[in-house]
Amino acid sequence: MQFNVEWLKKWVAVDLSAEEIAARLTAAGLEVDDLRPVAGEFTDVVVARIEACESHPDADKLKVCTVDDGGDEMLRIVCGAPNARPGIRVPLARVGAKIGPDFKIKKARLRGVESFGMLCSARELGLSDDHSGLMELPPNAPLGKALRDYLGLDDATIEVDLTPNRADCLSVRGIARDVSASCEAEFTPVDIEPVPAKHDARFPIRLDAPADCPRYVGRIVRGIDSGAETPLWLAERLRRCGLRSISPTVDVTNYVLLELGQPMHAFDLDKLNDEIIVRRGRTGEKLVLLDESEVELDDEVLAICDADGPVAIAGIMGGLDSGVTGETKDILFESAFFNPATIMGKARKYGMHTDSSHRFERGVDPAGQEAAIERATALLVEIAGGEPGPLLVAEEADYVPANRAVRLRPGRLQAVIGCEINNETVEGILRRLGMQVDWDGEQWTVMAPSARFDIEIEEDLIEEVARIYGYNRIPEAPVAGELAPGTTRSHRVSLSRVRESLCAAGYQEAINYSFVDERQLEAVSHADHVLPLANPLSSDMDVMRTTLLPGLLTSLARNVRRQQSRVRLFESGVAFLQGDTMNEVERIAGVATGEAFPEQWAINNREIDFFDIKGDIERLYSMKGSSSSPVFVPGELPWMHPGANAVVELDGKRVGWCGAVHPSVLKAFDIKKAVFAFEIDLDPLLERDVPFAKEISRFPSVRRDIAVLLPNDVTFMNVENCIREAAGPYLERVVVFDVYAGEKLKDGYKSLAIGLIFNNVSSTLRDEDVDPAIQGVVSTLESHLGAQLRG
Amino acid sequence: MNAITELQSRALADIEASDSLQRLDELRVRYLGKKGEVTAQLKSLGSMEPEQRKAFGQAVNATRDALNQAIVARRKLLESQALEARLMAEKVDVTLPGRGETRGGLHPVTMAMERAIGIFTKLGFDVATGPEVEDDHYNFESLNFPPHHPARAMHDTFYFGDGRLLRTHTSPVQIRVMEKGEPPFRIIAPGKVYRSDSDQTHTPMFHQVEGLLVGRNVSMADLKGVLHAFVNAFFERSLATRFRPSYFPFTEPSAEMDIGWQKDENAEPGWLEILGCGMVHPNVLRACNVDPEEFTGYAFGMGVERLAMLRYGVTDLRQFFENDLEFLRQFH
Repeated sequence: MQFNVEWLKKWVAVDLSAEEIAARLTAAGLEVDDLRPVAGEFTDVVVARIEACESHPDADKLKVCTVDDGGDEMLRIVCGAPNARPGIRVPLARVGAKIGPDFKIKKARLRGVESFGMLCSARELGLSDDHSGLMELPPNAPLGKALRDYLGLDDATIEVDLTPNRADCLSVRGIARDVSASCEAEFTPVDIEPVPAKHDARFPIRLDAPADCPRYVGRIVRGIDSGAETPLWLAERLRRCGLRSISPTVDVTNYVLLELGQPMHAFDLDKLNDEIIVRRGRTGEKLVLLDESEVELDDEVLAICDADGPVAIAGIMGGLDSGVTGETKDILFESAFFNPATIMGKARKYGMHTDSSHRFERGVDPAGQEAAIERATALLVEIAGGEPGPLLVAEEADYVPANRAVRLRPGRLQAVIGCEINNETVEGILRRLGMQVDWDGEQWTVMAPSARFDIEIEEDLIEEVARIYGYNRIPEAPVAGELAPGTTRSHRVSLSRVRESLCAAGYQEAINYSFVDERQLEAVSHADHVLPLANPLSSDMDVMRTTLLPGLLTSLARNVRRQQSRVRLFESGVAFLQGDTMNEVERIAGVATGEAFPEQWAINNREIDFFDIKGDIERLYSMKGSSSSPVFVPGELPWMHPGANAVVELDGKRVGWCGAVHPSVLKAFDIKKAVFAFEIDLDPLLERDVPFAKEISRFPSVRRDIAVLLPNDVTFMNVENCIREAAGPYLERVVVFDVYAGEKLKDGYKSLAIGLIFNNVSSTLRDEDVDPAIQGVVSTLESHLGAQLRG
Repeated sequence: MNAITELQSRALADIEASDSLQRLDELRVRYLGKKGEVTAQLKSLGSMEPEQRKAFGQAVNATRDALNQAIVARRKLLESQALEARLMAEKVDVTLPGRGETRGGLHPVTMAMERAIGIFTKLGFDVATGPEVEDDHYNFESLNFPPHHPARAMHDTFYFGDGRLLRTHTSPVQIRVMEKGEPPFRIIAPGKVYRSDSDQTHTPMFHQVEGLLVGRNVSMADLKGVLHAFVNAFFERSLATRFRPSYFPFTEPSAEMDIGWQKDENAEPGWLEILGCGMVHPNVLRACNVDPEEFTGYAFGMGVERLAMLRYGVTDLRQFFENDLEFLRQFH
């Protein structure tokens, strides 16, 4: 909502500057977005009349004007405006005038002709964007009068960003009410008197959808002067409120919309057939609107119809055919109340947003239709003559919303806002907001004005009192409350530690959008259980991610393109798995490419491989303690390198995967380097047993190393399981310290060098304790896995 | 006697001149060894007159002690010189870079989020979470948004076409927490939220931290106190704040909080909107079976990206989701 201060001050006796008013408005919840002067900066610009106008001898487009500025002598001024002609009154910047901060008008010679000043366009004076020609002033504009005084330009425009509950403030009147309360100034409404009918011309109005439109007030005005012009003061107010002057009839309806918040419409009476019917649209009905767009109606939309069909979409825009034109003599004014729920979303549906729809969908004063039509009639008659008929009121009273009295208890007020406000102040605030207030010794009974239909419960009144009293006058209470112990759970690893661990391993945290391109999910074979968005922003964000991998690969690719040769990224977030129900699984995932270590002078660097990323994951799981360790089972994941991917299992349940990403997947993401990735479920990772100390051995441990030759397809996991089965109770740890496959071995075989570490808590282990265990291990490996002990 | 004196001074000179431990050991053997010169002198004692023997014996012993001492001293010196020399040979260029992995870092949004969580946790708030795919009931209806209300248009919502939607705020968590428990409630709900809006100052996904406190005798004064304490703690300075009336369907009265902010030393000080808040609307309490006459409460919600931008000097919101390492590496 945009309004000018001069107009506001007609409605409220406030003696504050525009800046002070703006500050109060913001403090009262009408957030001021902009405050600007209604005209540019200029001095010494006066009203002048062009007396004569001749062509410039040496320039086709310039004219040499003789100008009367009310002084003793005529001035010669060279001007290029196409509308410069004798008789018109225009703004003149005299020699010595300043326009804007820097531009000073001087005597000038234009193509050999001396010029003593400049005739101005509206844009040059910062009054509008119009630069098509000189700004033309009314014929009665007093010559020599300072333009600033003549147009009352020491005024400001204020733009407020209104919250949707404050529909009442979509009008100068509504703003004035609030200013009255927050500045403790008198509300001085303009008197709106009924305009007596000059004839009895009527037009039938039928409300076929009373729930959608319970009130419709019309009035015929006959014989308006089609040549009349909107007076300057009215056009100026419209301009300062952001609207263009169009014609007296349209300007008057816009003026009333701004002043009282009631959108109105004017039909050309000659083009209406028989009657007005307010009803829902019918599928197939079409209407060309004032903006010349054609819309199709349906039964969701409320239409204003005549006997032949729709003539307007209720509350949004009128039809082109029935609208007023330059020739219109007789009109029918419309001033109606439409149910906000009926209008809501309809303009949007047609891709429109009008001043009218904006107000109707938030709600207009249900009792304000007569006042608006009276105000519009009076203005129109004043400007363009014409004879008004009687008010034509159609109403279904049962459907007209009405405010109910709301109670307000001083105790409740104090309890909610946390400080005491004395009763007198409370009543003063409510009264200045236009409310009827009755005190019965214990509580108030408050009746809000009809425009304040947002006042429904006690809390609404509390907010009114608090915001006018000033939120900033409410004290700040120190933070208090019973101290509850925090809920840090020791059987839960914190996500922060997991993140920290990955940071320490060189990973940078990334955050990607939760929606991805479905084709990306297909590329990584995760296109099952996909939940598509009905209204995605774009096709590359059309489904919810079922894995964090595509986002990370996209981010990795972007970084590789930006010359990052070594990239490690991780992300924690939700994967959305749509089965019979939605399963939002929290996961942590990572991608890595490039060398294993940052480039350094003292490391023999190499490309990252499977065991780097596996190590990163193992370190995460090690935070679970001994409760359970992850098992890496050779995987057959289609989006991964078939020889280097593993499914991560915990207690037999699949909780994630890791390995090298399949080159064909990388190609889809435009990545040419090898990439390793992992994705694991967060919940099982974070779940752990509270550590419980065991007795530690004070005796030295015993280590035995063995080297075994094994068929290539035997995994280390097979070997380790065998060892643990056969090694007896003293085995503490198994380490593999060499893996060799090569020419020296027979084909299809590899060699593992394994260290077994034994210990006992109660005595030093002797050879005779350990030797049988080693023999057992070797023979089990031989018999179960076809192993051969190497020399 | 002269021979002894002469032996001692020759031996001492030799010891003094020795330049290695090996050489020193040779000297020890030559003079003090079983067949050494001093030992030989002692052996000669047996063939002496008793009165001569005493004096000579004392002299030889004194010489032996003197040589021993000199050898020990010389050894110490040579040893320390040898150590010194070895250590000097091991000298490294300490300005060369260290070995191993360089640290990655946390995302600035995570940093701001954890910071906010940390502060509220200290103030006694528990962390609560909820699903990101919500329905109309939790995201709007139970939060007192009437159907089709323009307030819904303030939330450009992503829908799934079956009644479900992506939550537009973390406020549904309030409802889920209140539905399940009994007052008092004191929670914060951090998480991702979504709005179908994308331009220079909007991303379709962003993060919020929501707070809810419901109990007996909870007022706007408490709300103001806790939020001022929060922003002071978050920005580690004493900030001016102001509260402006605003509108959220789920709070009444509603407010927005601004902080006094100066972009840099030369900038004009101004107000910067930082969060929305208010007293929980009685309809919301009632929908969760909490009696609004017995309990009152406040709620607040803030955008984490906003906090992160201010705290860490980020000027372009969209950088948060581009995951450019050059950008991310500035945070730790």
